Amino acid sequence: MTWWAVLALAAGTYVLKAAGPLALGSRTVPPHLQRSLNLVSVTLLAALIAISTFAEGRSLVLDARAAGLGVALVAVWLRAPFVVVVVAATLTAAGLRALGIG
Amino acid sequence: MAAATTTSPWRAAFMLAATTGVIALSFGVLARTSGLSLVMTCAMSLIVFAGGSQFLAVATIASGGSPLAAVLGGIVLNARHLPYGFAIAPLLRGPLWKRALSSHIVLDESTALALAQPTPELGRLAFYACGCMLFAFWNVGTLVGALAGGAIADPSALGLDAAFPASMLALLAPLLRRRDMRTAALAGAAVALAATPFTAPGIPILLAAAGVLAARFIREETE
Repeated sequence: MTWWAVLALAAGTYVLKAAGPLALGSRTVPPHLQRSLNLVSVTLLAALIAISTFAEGRSLVLDARAAGLGVALVAVWLRAPFVVVVVAATLTAAGLRALGIG
Repeated sequence: MAAATTTSPWRAAFMLAATTGVIALSFGVLARTSGLSLVMTCAMSLIVFAGGSQFLAVATIASGGSPLAAVLGGIVLNARHLPYGFAIAPLLRGPLWKRALSSHIVLDESTALALAQPTPELGRLAFYACGCMLFAFWNVGTLVGALAGGAIADPSALGLDAAFPASMLALLAPLLRRRDMRTAALAGAAVALAATPFTAPGIPILLAAAGVLAARFIREETE
């Protein structure tokens, strides 16, 4: 890693993060456009959930993370509080790994 | 009903920050064992502040890739922050310099938590609470990890790699009760997984935006 690479990654990342807040300024966005923007973000976040659960580099895997997400899904379904959902998923994955699974 | 579906911004932000802090420990360890100096490791967390791309960049270098490949890979992975910024922008107030500063804490977590709130006021509170706490935990975690080295436990043994998708799911749950959101999310996740074996990291998430088209189709069908 070199300093120019760190700075270039930081600059590129910042431009991506700041384009929206700086371009839109204090203008209000029409409701239907705002809905679409939110829809895109939620869709990308959902894809991120899928990738961070089932992907290992370029291969798709079924491991302790999937079990964790399954438990989280049930907990969300039962309307468990946020903390309970996250702790249940984490303990599930940790428990399976302790048993040598996933 | 609203109380059951909406997550308290403060509690959720703290929970997200705490798990992020442990993952930051492992970033600090990985960066140092990959040959980065202490200063460079901490600078990365301070000025890049996008965990996935930091791991990817360090891993790229460690596996013999060029710095250019590390930068480009990281930027592709971070491209999802562009629509996050546009979704978050209307929540932000104040002069340009404040928006410029706030942009640094546009993250997966702060965006999800903010969008899940029922009102713009709560959304703004959630965005800043989450973004600022994550910034603090991410950077302290990085520093501690970089100093402590191999003495730190493996986050995946603690199940913390399952905490991120679970917490994102819990945040998005109230939004996914809406049919168009749910359709777009499921279609996007399917597209991302289908693309994973064939594309570089980050690309599948961008392709997932096509999932939005599925929601459009549904809405036209039902209206």
